[in-house]
Amino acid sequence: MNLTEVAQDAIQQALKRGATDAECTISEGSEFSASVRLGEVETLKEAGSRGAGLRVLIGRRMGSSYTSDLTPEGIRQMVASAVDLAHLTTEDPHAGLPDASELGSLTEDLQLFSDEVAGLAADKKIDAARRAEAAALSFDPRITNSEGGSFDSNIAGRVFANSRGFAGSYRSTYCSVSAVPVAALDGKMERDYWFTIARSFSGLESPELVGRTAAERVIRRLGAVKVETQRVPIVFEPRVARSLLGNLFDAVQGSSIYRQASFLAGKLGEKIACDKITLIDDGTIPGLFGSQPFDDEGVPSRRTPVIEKGILKNYLLNTYTARKLGMKTTGNASRGITGNAGIGHGNFILEAGEKSPEQIIAGIKNGFYVTELIGSGVNIVTGDYSRGAVGLWIRDGELAFPVSEVTIAGTLQEMLTDVAEIGNDLEFRGSVSAPTIMIGEMTVAGR
Amino acid sequence: MAFSDSFFAAKFGITQHDLESYLSDALSRGGDYADLYFEYLATSSISIDESIVKSATQGVSLGLGVRVISGERTGYAYSDDLSPEKIRHAAQVAAMIAAGPAKVEKTPLNEGPRRNLYPVITAPSETAFRERVELAQRADVAARAYDSRIFQVQVVYADNLRQILVATSDGMLNWDRQPLSRMSVFVLAKDKDGVPQQGHAGGGGRHELDWFRTERTPEYFAQEAGRQAIVQLGAVEAPAGEQIVVLGPGWPGVLLHEAVGHGLEADFNRKGVSAFSGRIGQQVASPLCTVVDDGTIGGRRGSLNLDDEGNQSQRNVLIENGILRGYLQDKLSSRITGAHATGSGRRESYEHIPMPRMTNTFMLAGESAPEDVIKSVPRGLYCANFAGGQVDITSGNFVFSASESYLIEDGKLTRPVRNATLIGNGPEAMKYVSMVGNDLKLDEGVGICGKEGQSVPVGVGIPTVRIDKMTVGGTA
Repeated sequence: MNLTEVAQDAIQQALKRGATDAECTISEGSEFSASVRLGEVETLKEAGSRGAGLRVLIGRRMGSSYTSDLTPEGIRQMVASAVDLAHLTTEDPHAGLPDASELGSLTEDLQLFSDEVAGLAADKKIDAARRAEAAALSFDPRITNSEGGSFDSNIAGRVFANSRGFAGSYRSTYCSVSAVPVAALDGKMERDYWFTIARSFSGLESPELVGRTAAERVIRRLGAVKVETQRVPIVFEPRVARSLLGNLFDAVQGSSIYRQASFLAGKLGEKIACDKITLIDDGTIPGLFGSQPFDDEGVPSRRTPVIEKGILKNYLLNTYTARKLGMKTTGNASRGITGNAGIGHGNFILEAGEKSPEQIIAGIKNGFYVTELIGSGVNIVTGDYSRGAVGLWIRDGELAFPVSEVTIAGTLQEMLTDVAEIGNDLEFRGSVSAPTIMIGEMTVAGR
Repeated sequence: MAFSDSFFAAKFGITQHDLESYLSDALSRGGDYADLYFEYLATSSISIDESIVKSATQGVSLGLGVRVISGERTGYAYSDDLSPEKIRHAAQVAAMIAAGPAKVEKTPLNEGPRRNLYPVITAPSETAFRERVELAQRADVAARAYDSRIFQVQVVYADNLRQILVATSDGMLNWDRQPLSRMSVFVLAKDKDGVPQQGHAGGGGRHELDWFRTERTPEYFAQEAGRQAIVQLGAVEAPAGEQIVVLGPGWPGVLLHEAVGHGLEADFNRKGVSAFSGRIGQQVASPLCTVVDDGTIGGRRGSLNLDDEGNQSQRNVLIENGILRGYLQDKLSSRITGAHATGSGRRESYEHIPMPRMTNTFMLAGESAPEDVIKSVPRGLYCANFAGGQVDITSGNFVFSASESYLIEDGKLTRPVRNATLIGNGPEAMKYVSMVGNDLKLDEGVGICGKEGQSVPVGVGIPTVRIDKMTVGGTA
């Protein structure tokens, strides 16, 4: 049996045991990773694994189970387990699979898979890691140490089938190269990182560029000071602007909305951000990391405008949360092997503006250019935002000196309406993509 | 219990001879050390939302990881299939890290010392599912009854039972059965027309299911979550800038985990990339501070009979009266630096390479009465609960996010404040500890620590502590 047949067989077994509906997800993956530190190979890892997950419904009661054992006995136990559990859960009027009319798969080639990745020789991969680290180490004498260069690749397969007639599968690949140099000045160390990621080996940026970029990033952190507490304009570079989009995703996904656990609950159609903000979720763009032909309930991926010129247009939903809200799924169901479908994003993209980052910075007399955020201090329920920050102080339109051990704070509501500029530097490095974002004013807490 | 009666021998027919033979395969190209890690994990979870049991899941995963160390190099491979061919294949892939003829002679395996810090006869995972559903339902009922302003309640109960077997080329054979369970309650409350606020509480450990009936009931967690949400309804903006900060006992021990714990993991220190590298014997905290990492406390979430490299966990003193005493080791780091094992080699699963990790990290009690600590502060912030933290090992900068805190005015707790992040620098922050309470408390048992993509359960603890200077990331 191929994996699609294994999934379909599990569904048939569930129906025979009394389930009224069932769906089965199978994933398989093989990973390779190599890390090189100070020029020497440090770690090589290579392996593969598989797993299956099953969700069954008995009327409006739901149970789920999973296994890493895809033998007939393993599948049989998985089915028995899910059916047993469905007898223990509560009737939920909104539980159920998507309607048959909602199921389907994109037919165009999304360019998620490259044969090249499977055929790549180990020494070529190790060499990429070595070159990235070497480029970082040779960039500046203040780079005295390294956490290494690394190469990672992954080949994955996904199968999904349900009792309403859907069966689909797709394969995907990715590879990435990264470097993590450490620099020191006056006995104080800093580290930073940079990476490139692509569906194919030939789509990667050069390891040397990765190493040099990581090196530039760590060097500019040396000699950081803590500034005084004050309110100033804040500029998020693209890497940290992406984390802000991550917070917004949490606030627009359906399960936060129906529970009223988001500051954006009940705000559909309202102006929640300044006109400059247009935020799109799009799972259909060929070659990108958030693209897939169908979601984890068998609903085709699509393009969903989330915020258009500051107006909240859509929440991101799976079948369950859509029914709770009296809406239609947006094809954003996402699950691993265990549990039920939650919600994920496709390519979550903040549209670019017109100014370059340099032009944005040039317009600021006194402000903070943020290059790293740490901690989890974002409360989606209230919108309260307070995170540890690292970056460069802006003085008279230029990046003047490095800053660390400070926090930036405000609320997501105010930040959205106070966006002063959006940069033209949108790039795709992962499934969340943002250009530079400038916020009019936030509190920087330091000395 | 003899090996032949252990879980993997009984269920999968694995013999000592098989293990020795796989280890030989792993060392066939001349590695210095190899180990095998078998893992069988059964998990269950229940989620109640809107008083509906919306999700009930259970499942199993099984696999084996093979590691080969050659000098400072590590080769790693794993398989989710325990057939001899697949195990041999994994061993041969891991062996590729070394190049040359085999040089280690086959080592006979000896059963390592055994003990039981969690003598759980029936693991929660082995009880009737319905019993666990009923416990979770009790939490839902209690949270809704706590206050009429509570309008959303979510209860998650999760447990797992992990069986591990470790065999190493230095001759050690050992195994462990590790039960773990937790319950978490999330609530939302609001005043009429007001902004919702959240409260969260939970706990668990390596106990029988009865622990949730006798020691920490669903009602206890529900009321605590409800209390926190109601407190937050009256919260004012948090201050911004340097403040005197008092940490309450228990969960605020996450400070130690972030500020010093990670920085003392031996991998970072061996490589010289931690802010604590090369500082053993130096003053890194006030003399009032003694910090230990102790994996041997009975029943605790972070406790382990055996770490994931087959060593028994220990009580390790990290900081003694302010002086840095030692690092947390894994096999690789202790081999390279010649340090003694500390029982700190942990991994998320058989798919992962072990690393030095914390277990239960806490500060020993001092002499001050907690009320005197608060009374001593003319103006500052009292933090009762945190939502987690993060650290940059290299610079030493760490943050942790307060989820329940209060202004201190003239030695008294006054108004609750909104969520704020606190930030400091590891080797510096704890020099400002000026009072340590006599009320050491460990957390309730929900901690998860993430490092390089691997999550493991941990515990933290701290007595009431006064820190004279720390930056608070509020807006006021």
